Amino acid sequence: MADDGREESVATDEDSDQTAGDGSLNNTMMEEGSTLLRRMEICVAEAEKRSGKNAVSMQETFTVYLVETRPMDAVTEGRNPAPDSLWRRYSEFELLRNYLIVTYPYIVVPPLPEKRAEFVWHKLSADNMDPDFVERRRVGLENFLLRVASHPVLSNDRILYHFLTEEHGWKEVVYETGFQVKSDSRLRALSATFRVRNPDKRFTDMKRYSDELQSHTSQLLRARARVADRLYGVYKVHGNYGRVFSEWSAIEKEMGDGLQSAGHHMDAYAASIDDILEEEEHYADQLKEYLFYAEALRAVCRKHELTQFELEMASQDLISKKQQREELATGIVRTFSFKGMTNKLFGQEAPEQREARLKLLEELITEGEETVKEKTVECEEHVERGWVDMQRFQEQKDKDLREALINYAVMQISMCKKGIQVWSNAKECFLKM
Amino acid sequence: MSVGAPRGLASSGQKPITEILHPLSAAEEPLSPGPDVTIRVGGEKDLGLTNGTPVESSSPSSASFNRLQLDDDSEADARDPYASTETRDLFVTVDDPKKHVSTMETYITYRVSTKTTRIEFDLPEYCVRRRYQDFDWLRMKLEDSQPTHLIPPLPEKFVMKGVVDRFSEEFVETRMKALDKFLKRVADHPVLSFNPHLNAFLSAKDLNKRQGLALLSKVGESVKQVAGGYKLRARPLEFCAMGEYLDTFTQKLGTIDRIAQRILKEQSEYLTELREYGTVYSSWAGSEEELQRPLEGVAGCVTTCCGAMEDLSENMSQDFLPVLREYVLYIESMKNVLRKRDQSQAEYEGRLEAAILRKQEDRTPMPVEVEKCQDKVECFNADLKADWERWQGNKRQDFKQLLTGMADKNINYYEKCQAAWESLITLLQDKQTEDKSSDTN
Repeated sequence: MADDGREESVATDEDSDQTAGDGSLNNTMMEEGSTLLRRMEICVAEAEKRSGKNAVSMQETFTVYLVETRPMDAVTEGRNPAPDSLWRRYSEFELLRNYLIVTYPYIVVPPLPEKRAEFVWHKLSADNMDPDFVERRRVGLENFLLRVASHPVLSNDRILYHFLTEEHGWKEVVYETGFQVKSDSRLRALSATFRVRNPDKRFTDMKRYSDELQSHTSQLLRARARVADRLYGVYKVHGNYGRVFSEWSAIEKEMGDGLQSAGHHMDAYAASIDDILEEEEHYADQLKEYLFYAEALRAVCRKHELTQFELEMASQDLISKKQQREELATGIVRTFSFKGMTNKLFGQEAPEQREARLKLLEELITEGEETVKEKTVECEEHVERGWVDMQRFQEQKDKDLREALINYAVMQISMCKKGIQVWSNAKECFLKM
Repeated sequence: MSVGAPRGLASSGQKPITEILHPLSAAEEPLSPGPDVTIRVGGEKDLGLTNGTPVESSSPSSASFNRLQLDDDSEADARDPYASTETRDLFVTVDDPKKHVSTMETYITYRVSTKTTRIEFDLPEYCVRRRYQDFDWLRMKLEDSQPTHLIPPLPEKFVMKGVVDRFSEEFVETRMKALDKFLKRVADHPVLSFNPHLNAFLSAKDLNKRQGLALLSKVGESVKQVAGGYKLRARPLEFCAMGEYLDTFTQKLGTIDRIAQRILKEQSEYLTELREYGTVYSSWAGSEEELQRPLEGVAGCVTTCCGAMEDLSENMSQDFLPVLREYVLYIESMKNVLRKRDQSQAEYEGRLEAAILRKQEDRTPMPVEVEKCQDKVECFNADLKADWERWQGNKRQDFKQLLTGMADKNINYYEKCQAAWESLITLLQDKQTEDKSSDTN
């Protein structure tokens, strides 16, 4: 499912073992332009139930997942060393992801598999402890790691590296980065409403697209679940033929054998739907991944709105301060201000006071200019890097979903073949009646 | 010279076979068979002489020779219920439904075509138009004139107006098939097919239904007038078994009917969801570029599958269920005949007992009535058994056909779906190779 990494060069610092401001590991140990996945084989091998005390000292049961890594060169050389491994809980994966989305707001960060089972059709369990759910989650977590480790930017992150290699103390390292603060402000910003005057049109379009993607994938998942439910019913009712044919065969002479055997095939037909639908869950999981991806895409667009808004605010503020300075300097009031009013009413202030205020304004203006510069850079960087990653995402999405649709068609064909087989067998029996 | 040992008729009542005045125990004087006798009995030439009931003037035994031949033939028939076409000499078909609108009523007529080499018919071919009423009349006449035989059933007479459209294509089609089946079964029956009412039905320009009265046989009347007061002592085992079989069979058919209906319901709900499912793919395609064609492709496949499912469901409700239900009617007819047989046996036993008592009292000889009753019972039993065998054979063929038909339709459904999905894959994979070759990366 995950891309095996694109050859995108990542600028590496001359200094080795230095971490750049955004946490990426600059290490000459790394080949330029390679992603983590090229150096390291990663998989989530197992899942296990554990129990322990949680934060409020309550006994709880949870699942842990075994993350295994092996150096890629060992694998390619044919050596088969034992993998390094450590156990991680779902919540630790969540922590990793939160860190990544805060640290790389211009990246469409791969999503985690769902926390709770949703879009379930009736036979499927919505229980988090259900072994099928745990298994699908294991696959989803592995997929997440593979995607992150093959991402041209994310794969360089040292926190990611620690997650994969250091079992204990990893959480503390994450918190030390201070990302929590950014995380809180990000959440606030995401839910705020503000009007942006000049957003980048590409980002506006992309945001609308992300809404549509989200809407369509969730509609599709719901419709698919309903179809699965109904199909289940159709198949299972045929099982009744099995029973009645068997009963009927008891009162027949020549027809008996044929009927009895046909009945067995009807039972087989009814039973076959369980496996068919279980396999289809994989398709649903692929759709779900992109449902959640849509959210990540949207977040990048929102971040642009935010940075653009802040830039506009800062620019606006600078303009008004400059205007104030002009008024103060020339005495001409262009816009309404309380100071202007009070001046009119109560007379001008003393020249010393004016000087002081002018000086303050100058300082504020200098600060404001700095802020505008910073915000401009921030905004432009975000647009540039965000656009690159959104393009990458689109290509990945097109490729992945196309494959998913092909696989779905393959599944349908397999289901049809099974159906033909069963009914042909039954027909053989009927002919022998 | 008696023709072989009596077969299969030993089961009339409790008395040992030697004591009963057996129809087969006599001489060989046959009635002259008609010139067209191949496997049929010539005795049918005499109207009113059905089922080997003895003619008033001759002894019981004379007709019995014919009776024996009939037995032989009917048993031969039973072994081969769908006799090969070389020996069949009467072919009938019901088709071409047409609507007739008059001031009084609107109704449908069907074309009834006949081809025959029998001399009972004046012409070798006939083509007439008949409506359901006419078929109903025919069946009634057959039941009256051949009470000891199983008459195939007709499709339901009454349909609730407003619930079922009597003139819809599906209804007319289904009914027509059932009428065709009915007529074919009658035409294949070694006794019923020689019934003069059938002849009239197939050949008369205008079916004068009042005509039938004159042909009503005495046998028919006397059997119909079996007194209700007679109680059956002991039904022979084989007829008990038949009754039990029919009861269980009816039950199973009812279950199958319910299952089929349930499947139809589930399929209908599945279809509803599937349609919705297809539209979601379509609407998603609208917001995509690269993925537009694949998504449209999937939507198209889903639509094809919907169509295939529709066809499957339609077939089940049009072809499968009606035939199933018709068999339930057939079973009812058979049960009726069994009941009539019981009644005639009861009557015989009752009269016999009364006669014996009188004989013991005042030495009156066994009345002819009692002997006639005994004959009736014997004939009835023989006819019934012959019809039973034929019916069993037909049933086997019919259900074989019905069930393999059901299997075929299901196979067909899956084949259509498979083809749709396979063509989609070809389409998508072609596009993939197209893209790869133009990919500069």
